[in-house]
Amino acid sequence: MNAFKDAGHIFRLAAVFVCGILVFVGVRAVLVPKSFGQYGHYRGDALAEIAARPVNFAGHQACEDCHSDVLDKKKAGKHVHVNCEACHGAQAKHAEDPASVQPAKLDTAVLCVRCHEANIAKPKSFPQVASADHSSGLPCDTCHQPHSPAIDTGETAQATTPATTKVAPGGTK
Amino acid sequence: MPGVEGFMYPNEIELQWSVLIVLYPFLTGLVAGAFILASLERVFQVQEVKPTYRLALLTALAFLLVAPLPLQLHLGHPERSYEMYLTPHKTSAMAMFGFVYLWYLMAVLVFEIWLDYRRDIVVLSQSTTGWKRMIYRVMTLGSNNISEHALHVDERVGWVITLIGIPSAFLLHGYVGFIFGSIKANPWWSSPLMPVVFIFSAMVSGIATVMLIYMFVTWARKETIDMRCVDTIARYLLYTFIIDFGLEMLDLIHRIYESDESFRSLDFMVHTKLYVSHIVVQILLGTVTPITLLALTQVVRLGEMARKRIYALAGCLTLMGIFAMRWNVVIGGQLFSKSFLGYTTYKMGLVTREGLLMAIVLTILPLIILWGLVKLLPPWPEKNAGSLAGAAPAR
Amino acid sequence: MNVTRRHMLLLLPAAAIAWKHVLAGTPEAAPNYKLSEHWWSMLIDLPKCIGCGNCVRACQTENDVPDGYFRTWVERYHVTDYDIENPHVDSPDGGKKGFPPSKEEGGKNFFVPKLCNHCADSPCTQVCPVGATFISPDGVVLVDKKYCLGCRYCVQACPYGCRFINPATETAEKCTLCYHRITKGLTTACCESCPTGARQLADLKNPNDPIHEFLKTHSIQVLKPYMATHAKVFYNGLDGSVR
Repeated sequence: MNAFKDAGHIFRLAAVFVCGILVFVGVRAVLVPKSFGQYGHYRGDALAEIAARPVNFAGHQACEDCHSDVLDKKKAGKHVHVNCEACHGAQAKHAEDPASVQPAKLDTAVLCVRCHEANIAKPKSFPQVASADHSSGLPCDTCHQPHSPAIDTGETAQATTPATTKVAPGGTK
Repeated sequence: MPGVEGFMYPNEIELQWSVLIVLYPFLTGLVAGAFILASLERVFQVQEVKPTYRLALLTALAFLLVAPLPLQLHLGHPERSYEMYLTPHKTSAMAMFGFVYLWYLMAVLVFEIWLDYRRDIVVLSQSTTGWKRMIYRVMTLGSNNISEHALHVDERVGWVITLIGIPSAFLLHGYVGFIFGSIKANPWWSSPLMPVVFIFSAMVSGIATVMLIYMFVTWARKETIDMRCVDTIARYLLYTFIIDFGLEMLDLIHRIYESDESFRSLDFMVHTKLYVSHIVVQILLGTVTPITLLALTQVVRLGEMARKRIYALAGCLTLMGIFAMRWNVVIGGQLFSKSFLGYTTYKMGLVTREGLLMAIVLTILPLIILWGLVKLLPPWPEKNAGSLAGAAPAR
Repeated sequence: MNVTRRHMLLLLPAAAIAWKHVLAGTPEAAPNYKLSEHWWSMLIDLPKCIGCGNCVRACQTENDVPDGYFRTWVERYHVTDYDIENPHVDSPDGGKKGFPPSKEEGGKNFFVPKLCNHCADSPCTQVCPVGATFISPDGVVLVDKKYCLGCRYCVQACPYGCRFINPATETAEKCTLCYHRITKGLTTACCESCPTGARQLADLKNPNDPIHEFLKTHSIQVLKPYMATHAKVFYNGLDGSVR
């Protein structure tokens, strides 16, 4: 009995701790987001929030729905596998409202060299030119039509090395 | 790119953990070390260090209260830090911080200090007046029982708490080491020795801090320093320091001998960007010099004044060395690229949220808190301590 | 028929439905997407990469990546004949503006696009103290920016340097594998804009995905395999010097 009385203050402190723990458990129940743990140790709602972001690149299917004529032109040339937005940039806004949002006109002098300027680190089979020597300053579309770049009249081998006949996308045949 | 040599992955150029994260293991290290010194008297019956027992506990508490502040300030969203308590991720070493911290703060330090001071608190709650009286009365939790039996209960419970406290102190700081040691992406950190090195360096820095504070406070109170006590502390400091240095050298030799793919990159870093802080400050000035000085006091018979001066110098060098060790771990681990092909530079802000000024404030803050705690709970017997009928005599 | 074309066709019907919703301004309601039916990954066909930087620019446009930080980037390697342990690497502005002419002649030169490897045993999600970054049920490593503390532990834990702290939100950020696109049947922005088909989104749970045939018939490697992260970005023709 006496031992209990003399340890009374310890029990008081224990009571304070227990109260603290109870408050913590209560607060925790209120504050943990509802969807937490739905799929794993994270907020399940986060998935939908991340997925809800609007797209900027429309995707080539959207382009080809309207611009099938360009697709036909591309099919004839080496750029057939180059998606529209690789050159024209993100066009989701244009796809949503084709009338009022117009894609900017492209400058081939800037655009083509992004891929085709010669660089020793590029794959040997990829068509490359030293632009300064190749066109003596003329814009590329003086001779090449970007959607089907081979020059109609001449030989394909004229401007590029013989090994450049195919851009060869896809490892499978 | 200014400040970058060679090749860094582009997202690596900016350092993620700043000087505040250097401060964090430094401060928790002092806590763990101070507590272990206090437990020497309580559990291991080293009577010589008794004059520092209460001071060591209060020091530990003061530093522990400040320890989470650098973390809090460094978070991108400090207002969300409570999430660590709500949804701790059980695979994350960092998630355990909140719980280890709370456990150590409440179940070990506050509890032990309360038990040890309970007699004084009760006495003070009746001898003081005004707001001070209110504080003490709250601290008694409404129990004024300080009979011999009650104090005996306190003594026994306190002993158990200290016993639990020792592994807790190891846990608190070992886990800080584990935060770094468990990052397999970073070869400078990833090492099973990291928690052990952190624990021993913590003990070294904590013992040195308590020794310095004790010497300073005694001098400031114009009392005489208990040389038997300081000599003993210095001896323990030397022993733990030798173990700590041994472990660090083991890690170093292991790295040099194995020379894995990261070695050339890390070796270059240690000889260039980290040369001053690692070789000069940490190893030569901060470790070899204090160990030599302390060993000198063991080997050569020196006068009291000479010993005091050597202890003060060795203590200061030790703290500087341990801080440099934290710096080299935290900052050094971010200066090299995980591609092992390049190095970046740490640019410390001055008056920014994570800058030098903040680091200085956070280093001084625990000392101010300690001053407050000492005023509130004097660690030494007050000359005019009131006595109460039915109270057991002061220990 | 080549891989890209076949892959596009696989995505086509879902994308068509998705697009209607995108046009109607309700993309979140788009297709009938089932988390359990996908396990996303990416194939990088290195011999096709020309270092044009289209992927880096597209990623920035699509995801508002702040300047100086990268969810994807391109590195250029230069390796001399017998010294594969000491490659010379550069990545000016992450390759966003392409690459200047290579100065170093001789040896081997090539480009390596990098992005989050969407590891199945990801060290970054392991260390997150609160569960703000996670592997989604369809295999994408994501960050919940409303829950992230900004402690930066995940940035430290990523062996590939794929994470950063967005200075605007002060939360961790990384490649989402264009989660907002792939859940609508579209491919990622980087794959969409890659002119040579060097990057291809792949769904390992889709038995018709050409990835399976490709993985069977090529020498495939992941980055830092010794990290045992189960990386899901597969590289064809990866040189041993790449790290």
